[in-house]
Amino acid sequence: MSSPRDAPRKGMQLSWADPKFRAIIWQIVILGIIGGTIWYLVANTSANLAQRRIATGFEFMGRTAGIPIGEHLIAYDPSINTYGRAFVIGILNTLQVTIIGVVLVTLLGTFVGIASLSGNWLLSRLCRTYVEIMRDIPLLLHLLFWYTMVLGLPILREAIEVLPGVHISNNGVKVPLLDWQPAHSWASLAFIVGLVLVGIARRRATRIQNATGDRPKVWPLAIAALILVPAIIWLGFGAPFHMDIPVKGRFRFEGGGAVSGEMIALLIGLVLYHSAYAAEIVRSGITSVVSGQWEAAGALGLHRPTVLRKIVLPQALRVIIPPMTSTYLGVAKNSSLAVAIGYPDLVAIVNTMLNQTGQAIEGIALIMGVYLTISLTISLFMNWYNARMALVER
Amino acid sequence: MSATVNHIPMPARAEPKLLSLGPLEWARTNLFGSIWSSLVTLALGYFMLKFAVGFIDWALIKSVWTVQSDAAGKLDPTACRIVKGEGACWAVIWDKYRFILFGRYPYDEQWRGAIVIALFLALFVVSAMRRFWRKELAYIWIATLTTIGVLMWGGVFGLVYVPQDLWGGLPITLILSTFGLAFAFPLAVLVALGRRSTTLPAVKFICVVYIELIRGVPLISLLFMASVMFPLFMPVGLNPDKLLRAQVAIILFAAAYLAEVVRGGLQSLPKGQYEAADALGLTYWQKMGQIILPQALRTVIPPLVNTFIGFFKDTSLVLIIGIFDLLTSGKVALAEPIWQAYSTEVYLMLALIYFCFCFAMARYSRGLERELGRSVRR
Repeated sequence: MSSPRDAPRKGMQLSWADPKFRAIIWQIVILGIIGGTIWYLVANTSANLAQRRIATGFEFMGRTAGIPIGEHLIAYDPSINTYGRAFVIGILNTLQVTIIGVVLVTLLGTFVGIASLSGNWLLSRLCRTYVEIMRDIPLLLHLLFWYTMVLGLPILREAIEVLPGVHISNNGVKVPLLDWQPAHSWASLAFIVGLVLVGIARRRATRIQNATGDRPKVWPLAIAALILVPAIIWLGFGAPFHMDIPVKGRFRFEGGGAVSGEMIALLIGLVLYHSAYAAEIVRSGITSVVSGQWEAAGALGLHRPTVLRKIVLPQALRVIIPPMTSTYLGVAKNSSLAVAIGYPDLVAIVNTMLNQTGQAIEGIALIMGVYLTISLTISLFMNWYNARMALVER
Repeated sequence: MSATVNHIPMPARAEPKLLSLGPLEWARTNLFGSIWSSLVTLALGYFMLKFAVGFIDWALIKSVWTVQSDAAGKLDPTACRIVKGEGACWAVIWDKYRFILFGRYPYDEQWRGAIVIALFLALFVVSAMRRFWRKELAYIWIATLTTIGVLMWGGVFGLVYVPQDLWGGLPITLILSTFGLAFAFPLAVLVALGRRSTTLPAVKFICVVYIELIRGVPLISLLFMASVMFPLFMPVGLNPDKLLRAQVAIILFAAAYLAEVVRGGLQSLPKGQYEAADALGLTYWQKMGQIILPQALRTVIPPLVNTFIGFFKDTSLVLIIGIFDLLTSGKVALAEPIWQAYSTEVYLMLALIYFCFCFAMARYSRGLERELGRSVRR
């Protein structure tokens, strides 16, 4: 491997003139300083904990929580359930807001980003103004403002019925909910299986098209797998269909599903703020595709929407994905601001937990651990997606 | 390169005629280009007009600007209550603007807060001018920040001493973000250099862990850490005040993000610069200080400004741990019973203040990017 002209390899010399030796000394010194600082902080902390008689450890997670939580995706009763379960509810609430937020941010951001490049002067100006205003206002101010707006809605007793069964009040939105039966579960399962089958069929069709030029028809299978089979299953169970419609009582609604005002305010704030960033990312991604691509596709006789969908966006995605990842991470992390308006997300619940138990270190370690996991998962997924979309060069 | 190319004198070409469109022609191409475009224009135009008319009606025409005081000298918000829902009540701003801007800072000393705001603005303007981009700028920063500290605290030169827990409002927002930047920046440069280090793997590892750890968690968790865990870290009995703890958290947070920006600048430099410096026999610090950093930092000023805009907005999060920044003082002003119903007006004013700062910085950063890009492309 080494050419004959290589300098002879020297062993390390214990002298300041040897860069390798210097590097080792420097690292020892720096690690020593950092280690010493950490040791000092840990020593202080344990002295403080001993003085305040705070026990360490996670035993408190098994104790009864006693925290009332307004929204929970899994059953929860503060007088029975433990801190551990409250913690899980916090994670689920955070994930719920993050996932809905990311989807809405992507949709709104893509729309505004594309619209800001529109040939219509009014539309593009409006979109750019939207971006400029939304992202120059702190997210927390967004949240406080939208929460006041939600609280300014009519009180529960005078709730507005915007659609049949959908009531809006300062308490949130009440929606009709389908009374879920086994038939619906089986039909949904059949639908998902159908989706997978159609996906496989489409890939096969593309393969055959690439090989022979003829594309076998996929749509008959799609209709059968996505509509007919689930419908037959549903009918086979006797076609149960009963909507649980919220009925206005004296002080509260009976039945139906509910979305709380806090969650609505949080979602509006998060989506408005982050969609402005997403729109900028989409816009700069599209402008990064050279205009020759538009012209070439136009010369082939494709319509502008088709060009955008089939030619420009796939190329723009390579520029869009990395910054979009940090926007998604931002949505996940900023959902923690929910604590300011009282939505019971992870941070809000853990914050109550650590105020009640005094277990500050454990509480903050839990918050950080969960967010690190979420952040890493999102980055890993987006890296995988990015690798899939990346230009494969010969 | 251009010196080696033989220039063939080109015959001067006639400048193409400027296509000047009349307003009608302009509208036809930009607003009514197709059926869909026309429909969008009409629909948008209708809604925007309706919104604008409604807003002007609410904010200017039906609004109340001042309210009367009753016999006891108390403000009487009846005038506002009458127009509630139809007109804005700007009287709340008129009554509370000094509290919103300066918080609980002693009323007679609030001119000091005003000077501090002016000093910050001057500092930003001076830093924005390219002719001041030299080492001396650091001294200007140190001098200004010291003056600001003296003005806020007082206790010398005949100024009344004002304890830190009385500070509030816009000065706090500016202090948290600007001091955050001033202290985070040197740390960020060190961390970025550490992450790029090839000879010190242990240091590189620590820098990577630090950056990824901080960037992976929300600022709020760091602020909680500062407010509940920091006291545990200190020797028994020593308890630094809340503002300082929040400031430390913001510095640590900012440094991780700035380090990534600086790293981008370090990576954008061509390798030849490093090799040339090595070939001259410069030591590591000479190479970085004289050759690499001056060029790298110049290229990252636009993203640096964008990051700073982010911190400026993020300082509002200190509301959650109860520090009296601009947003908190706005919220506290609203706690007064007579003004409770007029939060929209106060939030609009706060939004306007934040918007002015962020918009100005964003415009500056974009202009700079274009200008720097031009000189690089040349």
